[in-house]
Amino acid sequence: MISIEVDGRKIEAEEGSMIIEVADANGITIPRFCYHKKLSIAANCRMCLVEVDGVRKPLPACATPISDGMVVKTGSNMAQDGQKSVMEFLLINHPLDCPICDQGGECELQDLAMGYGRDVSRFCEGKRAVVDKNIGPLIETDMTRCIHCTRCVRFGREIAGIREMGATGRGEHMEITTFIEKSVDSEVSGNIIDLCPVGALTAKPSRYRARAWEMTQYDSVSPHDCIGANLHVHTHRNQVIRVVPKDNEAVNEVWLSDRDRYSYEAVTMPDNDNRRLLEPMMRVNGEWQTADWETALEKVASKLNMIVQTDGAEHIGAISSASATTEEMYLLQKLIRGLGSNNVDHRIRISDYSMQGNESLFPELSIELSELEALDACLLVGSDLRKDQPLAALRVRKATRHGQIATINARKIYNNFNVLHEIEATPDDWLQQVAGVAKYLLDQAMAAEGVSADSLGYEGLDELLKDSKVEQAHINIAKMLTKAEKKGVVLGLGALEFNHSAALRMLCRAIAGLSGATFGIMTHGGNSAGAYLAGAIPHRGPGGADVEEGGQTAQQMLNDGKKAFILLKTEIGKEAVHAEQAKSSLKASEFVVALSSYNDDEAFEYADIILPIASFLETPGSYVNVNGHWQDFNACVSAPGQVKPAWKVLRVMGNLLDLKNFDYVSAQDVMQEVKGRMGAVGDRIKARWQCPESLPTEGHCPEPLNIYQVDCWTRRSKALQKTALAKGEEDLKRPKLSPFHNILGGV
Amino acid sequence: MSANDLKTMLSPEAIKKIDLWIGKYPTERKRSAIIPVLTIVQDELGHLSREAMDASADYLEIPRIAAYEVATFYSMFRLEPGGKHVVSLCTNVSCMMAGSEALKKWFKDELGIEPGQTSEDGRISLKEVECMAACGGAPMLEVDKQYHENLTVEKMADLIRDLN
Repeated sequence: MISIEVDGRKIEAEEGSMIIEVADANGITIPRFCYHKKLSIAANCRMCLVEVDGVRKPLPACATPISDGMVVKTGSNMAQDGQKSVMEFLLINHPLDCPICDQGGECELQDLAMGYGRDVSRFCEGKRAVVDKNIGPLIETDMTRCIHCTRCVRFGREIAGIREMGATGRGEHMEITTFIEKSVDSEVSGNIIDLCPVGALTAKPSRYRARAWEMTQYDSVSPHDCIGANLHVHTHRNQVIRVVPKDNEAVNEVWLSDRDRYSYEAVTMPDNDNRRLLEPMMRVNGEWQTADWETALEKVASKLNMIVQTDGAEHIGAISSASATTEEMYLLQKLIRGLGSNNVDHRIRISDYSMQGNESLFPELSIELSELEALDACLLVGSDLRKDQPLAALRVRKATRHGQIATINARKIYNNFNVLHEIEATPDDWLQQVAGVAKYLLDQAMAAEGVSADSLGYEGLDELLKDSKVEQAHINIAKMLTKAEKKGVVLGLGALEFNHSAALRMLCRAIAGLSGATFGIMTHGGNSAGAYLAGAIPHRGPGGADVEEGGQTAQQMLNDGKKAFILLKTEIGKEAVHAEQAKSSLKASEFVVALSSYNDDEAFEYADIILPIASFLETPGSYVNVNGHWQDFNACVSAPGQVKPAWKVLRVMGNLLDLKNFDYVSAQDVMQEVKGRMGAVGDRIKARWQCPESLPTEGHCPEPLNIYQVDCWTRRSKALQKTALAKGEEDLKRPKLSPFHNILGGV
Repeated sequence: MSANDLKTMLSPEAIKKIDLWIGKYPTERKRSAIIPVLTIVQDELGHLSREAMDASADYLEIPRIAAYEVATFYSMFRLEPGGKHVVSLCTNVSCMMAGSEALKKWFKDELGIEPGQTSEDGRISLKEVECMAACGGAPMLEVDKQYHENLTVEKMADLIRDLN
């Protein structure tokens, strides 16, 4: 720590930090355009000029490291002259179109021009104009407004890991562009809108919808992946206009994936072609008719009651989306268990449920998301992070600055970070490839300790692996893990969907345990953790409570067929791993009630009653992310028509079925009750080692869901559906980014 | 597109030269060879087409936009097919004060071309460039890769007329 003086204030700061960082940390404002705390230092806008005692010229605060005893003046005549002159230059070519600019009112250039700009320009020459580019359905460009800060260029190079934008030409002819007519295809491209300090890059879907000062800001949480990105939702006249990130270093830093940012289009009425379902629908003599809530719900209750009495409660099954709120899932399981059955599940993208009793309380990453970027070695198994959890991929990419990544996948995966050791297995030999790493580690550990696998805590593992072959590629990965200090093994969606995922999970758990690495799982949907905690699984109740055996998993229910199904926010035929089979099972079922927000829901093919429920952003609730962080939120807009939040619908269903303790006044009441059930957990439920019986040499990997088809909302976002990613047209070949591209100064 | 495309576009000698340049830099910093690579490609093909830039970028395993940036930044790279000879006329301060405007006017009057244009017979392309570090001999211009300094309109007219 050294001490410097800024504007007369003595400040202790870390040696090597830049003046602007010290000022920011201490609430001293220095104007800037090109500097951003998450990006490398470019020092090309010169707006942050300050005076430093003993230096005869003003210095850029973003690129001047502090030294002991330095005296900085941010508002002296010299500093202000410098800042004003820079502003004058920036404004020479910047158009005066603030009244029609979407950035107006929240524009960094506009704000700073208030403080540093002249009232009248001294330049009477013509301004330069730049042709606008079409860079895809998500981002609108107005390149005449660009001030060449290069934040968007650096974002692609350093954060997203795909360089699509660049600065071509020079001097007066410099332009920020993709150069060729090309869409920006990164899955996190929308962040350049937030980074752009002017109105050159703005959000296309919300263009001209509302001015910054007319909108109201609400907090919410993204439901699309297990990161649980924090959102600021901007609304105007009860319409969601746009979604921007809410800073949270522990979760999403300052970023959002495009999925988090644009999925709101599925909620707002004009944007989704009026696809919202506004009234309860009943199938009467094969025809769909509208109904009022009372009729619809009474019909549901009487039908369910009838099935319980004539066939038994075990003939009813409930399946929830993994992105429903914790409260909704809790009420769903309470309802089904109240009727006397444990047939409730959310794991529609899992095909192997064996050894589920040995899982931890909920599938978790076991290290904080922020620790991902500090890993020295990370083994990813069956994980396409860039598509499945885009923001986690950005963290892992940061880890590659100092650490090493290895992957063992059953298909080719194109990452946005460099992978040191890559094993591309086939579904058939995937287990054997993972077993090779496990075997090497086990042999090493047994030799080092002179003990058996049993006493290492992996009973039967040596027997299981006795025929496995250890190849050089396996040794490389094993050594990478053992040599590193901070290390982790992370299982992704591909591993969970694999038809021998339990064996794969156990092997990876052994690899982690034997190499001293942490073991984590990246799960489906936005609330898998919440589903486990709320008890939306057949083998455990809320908070991991014991339940009677015999509850059926989603797959068993759909295989065996049920008399009645309750579906919550899910379109099984589009989401389940065995979609076709699932759909025919639902069609064969006697009674299906679906809780859905859309009038084009797949349930119209097989349901008997469809109840219109509030979409995300319209309902209060909570999601639990992959770290177990419980994030609750309120509704940002009210639901249209007769639409009701799903928790209320389930509550009333509970009342009509005469179930006990279904008298909640608010979603918070439900949350309190779920949280109350957590206290009793203790250490009773822990992940335990169980040796897989065998390592099959045939395997099957279901086709992964498209990044923009994961839930009912992304599927209906018009802008997302127009992207190259949604159409499967993205340019997969990613140029290797040299280590140079990973170097970030100042962060 | 693959790295092999450059090999099909260029002669084996040119590829050899390119590999020589790439070899001068650490393997993970192949990017550093972009200027010599583009220069060799242009020498061989006459100008840098989109395809040529893409192939060069792929050959170096760098983002294509990185090749576009370099190719558009330097005035010695040509993105469009030009005349047989490229005349780069400096109009920066020293040359301007020593009479480069008159030289520019000659091109307009005699050949009917302005900077950025090619003469009708396809013989001469004129480019207006910034300082080429020959202010001592201002006004100056460059024909292909040869500097010509201390010019007058007459001297230059002879020079240009003799190009074929």
